[in-house]
Amino acid sequence: MEKTLYLSSSPHVHEGGTTAQAMRAVIIALLPCVGVWFFSFGLQSIIVMLLCILGCVGSEAVCQKMMGKPITIADGSAAMTGILLAFNIPPNSAWWMALLGGIVAVVLGKQVFGGLGYNSFNPALIGRTVLLISFPVQMTTWVMPRTHEITSATPLSEVKMAVGLHGAIPDELKSQLGSVLMGGFGGQLGVISGFALILGGGYLLYRKIITWHIPASFIGSAFVLGTVLWLVDSSKYPSPVFHLFTGGLLLGAFFMATDWVTTPLTPKGMLIFGTGCGVLTILIRIFGGYPEGVAFSILLMNAATPIIDRFTVPKKFGLVPEKG
Amino acid sequence: MELKTFRGGLHPPDNKKWSDKKAIEVCPLAEGDELVIHLSQHIGAPAEACVKKGDLVKKGQVIGTPKGFVSVPIHASTSGEVIAVEPRIASAGTMLPAVVIKADGEDAWDEGLVGGDPDTMTPDEIKDKIKDAGIVGMGGATFPTHVKLSPPEDKKIEYLILNGVECEPYLTADDRLMLEDPESIVEGILILKKVLGVDKAIIGIEANKPDAIETMTNACAGKGVEVGALKVQYPQGAEKQLIFALTGREVPSGGLPMDCGVVVQNVGTAAAVNDAVRKGIPLIERIATVSGAAIAEPKNLKIKIGQPLSKLVEFCGGIKGDLGKVIQGGPMMGMAAVSLDVPATRGTSGVLLFAEDQVLKEPEGPCVRCGNCVRACPAFIMPTEIATMARNSMFDEAEKLNAMDCIECGCCTYICPARIPLIQSLRQAKGAILAKRRKV
Repeated sequence: MEKTLYLSSSPHVHEGGTTAQAMRAVIIALLPCVGVWFFSFGLQSIIVMLLCILGCVGSEAVCQKMMGKPITIADGSAAMTGILLAFNIPPNSAWWMALLGGIVAVVLGKQVFGGLGYNSFNPALIGRTVLLISFPVQMTTWVMPRTHEITSATPLSEVKMAVGLHGAIPDELKSQLGSVLMGGFGGQLGVISGFALILGGGYLLYRKIITWHIPASFIGSAFVLGTVLWLVDSSKYPSPVFHLFTGGLLLGAFFMATDWVTTPLTPKGMLIFGTGCGVLTILIRIFGGYPEGVAFSILLMNAATPIIDRFTVPKKFGLVPEKG
Repeated sequence: MELKTFRGGLHPPDNKKWSDKKAIEVCPLAEGDELVIHLSQHIGAPAEACVKKGDLVKKGQVIGTPKGFVSVPIHASTSGEVIAVEPRIASAGTMLPAVVIKADGEDAWDEGLVGGDPDTMTPDEIKDKIKDAGIVGMGGATFPTHVKLSPPEDKKIEYLILNGVECEPYLTADDRLMLEDPESIVEGILILKKVLGVDKAIIGIEANKPDAIETMTNACAGKGVEVGALKVQYPQGAEKQLIFALTGREVPSGGLPMDCGVVVQNVGTAAAVNDAVRKGIPLIERIATVSGAAIAEPKNLKIKIGQPLSKLVEFCGGIKGDLGKVIQGGPMMGMAAVSLDVPATRGTSGVLLFAEDQVLKEPEGPCVRCGNCVRACPAFIMPTEIATMARNSMFDEAEKLNAMDCIECGCCTYICPARIPLIQSLRQAKGAILAKRRKV
């Protein structure tokens, strides 16, 4: 008996990529940032990161086991969520906060919706947001880079508080803000981490895991709106460069707002999504109740994704206008 | 020179180097060989057998008569005895009516076949010759050529486009034909131009075939036929994409090329038309590429319709290593064959033998909404959304999402990281929508 041949629908060749490969690429792209994180905040920050990963991967496995589904932790998606979550919480977080964040991210952010591919919101940001509204003080008090000791408010919360109290950014603080770029503030890694993030984002673009649409529109719209406000009143509103290199803007633009599952399918939809994120980030930072708006803006745009998809259905080939 | 192209698509490795330097060889036929000639090798109504067991037939003799306009006659590929008229296994594993001929080794022509001079024939006479010769689209779609050449009165045809793109990986049959017999192609084009009454004819060829571009350009000089070099981009040879690349026109959704004033024919079809009209030779042979990692020696072959694939493989040195899959046609759109015992048909543009390790076995995962399929789709539809609808039997929704505009090129599935067989679901949706339309 001759061997039975495989029969399947065309195409019979494949580009070669898999979902797991893409997840691994994102993790590789995050490695420079992990390095900067370790260099700035020391071993403790890596332990926090490992706890986040443990929370994510562990709860993914437990959920899948409970639901009688195949366990897919090897695809790297839960581990990726863990790393992203770690960058979204203070590097000196308590062990239980890191673990809890990971569990919340995967259980409430992903598995309750049906697992990979079915969640509406970015799981890591769900984890971050739950922690932020539950433990606001711990979440906005970060260690100073490279000192490992002194805790300090983040530059975004300093600015928020100052404007809230005095109606303007005091000159004293303004002069300090110059050192933001050099990473002289709590939780603020400045251009070093910015460089690492751009490097990672560039790698994802090169590997074609992400396209330019979301990062460019996110960063671009935040920069433009930041510039406009700064030109209107520079005593109250910080400079656009400050906006770009503080908080989670670059991390958000390259790694969180580009999450495949929770963002629009079409290039046009992606541009709308990114622009929405950028505008909302600046609005929340300046006019909102919280000092940082990246996570909220991405989550809000995640919620808008189905409707963006509906209104950006591509015009099919051959849709020729009727003559006459 | 700027290369023309369409929007969307992708660029799979072309794998043509295995066979693109191999001159066409005739796949031998010996006395006693059995040819299984199916009566349905074209799109449209199957032909009806007009010979019976025990009849002696000559090469080129009609053995199946067409039923209806969208149908073509079927001819004996060699001389010999009809040993059976019965259903025989076809590529997809189904049993289809066939005429089985045992070759007498003489390969003697039917003497009744006569050619004509296209210069003195009327377009209708030429079309009759083309129909009588059973000419169908040789790119693999096998749509009866005479039907394509008979647009309704109100459709004015301005362009004849010749498809020499051969964008499917591995296949080099059209490439070799253009290199080895450009005159037949050009003569065929001139006949087609006359039938359609068009002035403009363009041959589209992908830039990865520079020799073919040069050969055809030389052969076309002074004949009123242009050669258009195209970017290497799959599916450049898909009819609608090719028309857009060469003329900038879009075939209206749901329409045919004639709706934007274009008729597209494969270069192989043009050569076959030339043979049919000038010499009266019916479509009993074609050129096919035999390639893939599991074939000892990839070749381009002139095969007889009805020869079992195993004969082709034998002539190419046999199977090498562990055979996993046999594909009739190209790897992007071709169909997997159930075994090597099935016969070659008029649509067999290639026979690919894939090794066990070339077979895609990666398990399917959930859609992660990466959008690759949407960006790659040359029809600008959203494959993943339609596939989701199809999988939930929501065919009305699939139709609203333009499922019928899918050209089944396979780009979406080729690029999907979750390995979802999107095309399979899209075909399912199209089938269900067509069935519903027939009912209404």
